[in-house]
Amino acid sequence: MSNTKHLEDICTQTRRDILRMVHKVNSGHPGGSLGCTEFLVALYNEIMDRKEGFDMDGIGEDLFFLSNGHISPVFYSVLARVGYFPVEELSTFRLIDSRLQGHPTTHEGLPGVRVASGSLGQGMSVALGAAEVKKLNGDEKIVYSLHGDGELQEGQNWEAIMYASAKKVDNIICTVDLNGQQIDGATDDVLPMGDLKAKFEAFGWTVIEIKEGNNIEAILKGIATAKSKTGKGKPVCVLLKTVMGNGVDFMMHTHEWHGKAPNDEQLAIGLEQNSETLGDY
Amino acid sequence: MERMGKEKMKTYTYTEKKDTRSGFGAGLAELGRTNPDVVALCADLTPSLKMGEFIEENPERFFQVGIAEANMMGIAAGMTIGGKIPFTGTFANFATGRVYDQIRQSIAYSGKNVKICASHAGLTLGEDGATHQILEDIGLMKMLPGMVVINPCDFNQTKAATIAIAKHKGPVYLRFGRPKVPIFTPDDQTFEIGKAIQLTEGTDVTIVATGHLVWEALEASKVLLDKGISAEVINIHTIKPLDDKAILDSVAKTGCIVTAEEHNIFGGLGESVARVLATNSPVPQEFVGTNDTFGESGTPAQLMEKYGLNSAAIINKAETVIKRK
Repeated sequence: MSNTKHLEDICTQTRRDILRMVHKVNSGHPGGSLGCTEFLVALYNEIMDRKEGFDMDGIGEDLFFLSNGHISPVFYSVLARVGYFPVEELSTFRLIDSRLQGHPTTHEGLPGVRVASGSLGQGMSVALGAAEVKKLNGDEKIVYSLHGDGELQEGQNWEAIMYASAKKVDNIICTVDLNGQQIDGATDDVLPMGDLKAKFEAFGWTVIEIKEGNNIEAILKGIATAKSKTGKGKPVCVLLKTVMGNGVDFMMHTHEWHGKAPNDEQLAIGLEQNSETLGDY
Repeated sequence: MERMGKEKMKTYTYTEKKDTRSGFGAGLAELGRTNPDVVALCADLTPSLKMGEFIEENPERFFQVGIAEANMMGIAAGMTIGGKIPFTGTFANFATGRVYDQIRQSIAYSGKNVKICASHAGLTLGEDGATHQILEDIGLMKMLPGMVVINPCDFNQTKAATIAIAKHKGPVYLRFGRPKVPIFTPDDQTFEIGKAIQLTEGTDVTIVATGHLVWEALEASKVLLDKGISAEVINIHTIKPLDDKAILDSVAKTGCIVTAEEHNIFGGLGESVARVLATNSPVPQEFVGTNDTFGESGTPAQLMEKYGLNSAAIINKAETVIKRK
């Protein structure tokens, strides 16, 4: 089995996890989760250099920060499936007394999570802090982060974007999920972001575009290029063009499933489109 | 509770006045020499925060973020990952209200070991006026679960507090100010978070003060003594966690209390004390603080007089509260 096929199999299982998690509690955010499935699966299974187990400081390993915390279903599935916590725990998503809160948090001690996120726009600053400390510690590993495109409407991002290039934080790869959707509709209708590539470049970043952000090979190639650009005095941004709801046909290309769970019938259709490759939790 | 002396009425004198922010600067400089994990961040106010010594001695551990406080709080949160102890410096207004959600999510809820150090708190920054005179910061910060809130009273205590909070694991809000105030606490003190310091012993009224109002409370106690009123002055440098026992032990003797702070009485030290009293041992309480108002331009002394935050105001409230016993 090729490596790409292996990662694709993990993706179909992760999509099943996402659908089942949000269906069970009739809440949560499937759309963005499905759209970022290939990216996060590739990141955690192939790209990041991670240590066994989890410790908060993460010295000597690559780190990842999820800024758009509402896509917690995909984050939790990926973390569980690479072994940070038992896969069965996915069944507690959003339930009382669970470590799998609606939005990711360190508060309940869930391994794999290093900061709370959900209130948007804060993750890039945190990632920059971690990257600065890696430099202080002489730690040559990379800090990755993921942000929504709508999330870039939060002003704190632009403080962080300005800082990163000014201070030559070149051990960071910030990926923006360009799905073009947000709660109130298409990003271009709500508050058009303009040319994000030009904006990041104008702020002094190196920008890598991944046009097929739901294609494993394209992601691996794009991030490899991004990684080759680190350590050269500039922060690196990846613009990842994705399809919201990817892999579940009726959820694709719409903001309708941003924060809505499927009903029983819709769940069945979604599961039919994604075969059980690693075993359901 | 630490007792400062057995004399019936211990008196305090001073030979020098200094700003509490300089105490922070001195404490930070010492941390720079003694603790390699301490890093400092500032949002374009290094002279105001007196961070120069630390920066000069540890340029690689200082991070200038520019006028971008939200980013500063996030970077500080991230810097704890990898084992650093970040101290952020800006004015109290920009260290709290401006960045409340960043502190709430990335620092407090995330349990990050960040020390939020805030100068120019309260009215005493003076002429800049109400945009910069935050009188709500204690309330904002004490409401955050897990946040320690400290407001030391003079140069020596601010220096000691700065050094002490580096040893505390978890988020801390350290509040200090701009005006030069008497130095009357020992230069060799050990600062203990959450432990009130009894400055005078008294039997008629308890005066619990924090920050710049502690010296005013001592001044008030002298005048009150001349009037035949014995006041027990307690320095509550830590508003959260509050030294409940010190307060309750004192009011058990005196039967009434005045709280004094350079802060709105809505949400400040006084309300925390009132909660402790109401749930344990209700006694009459009077509040010295601003009353649901913004500040304005003026000299620190003028402002403290106009808004009722000086020794005269404490004397007045002490006499009032004793009558209510």
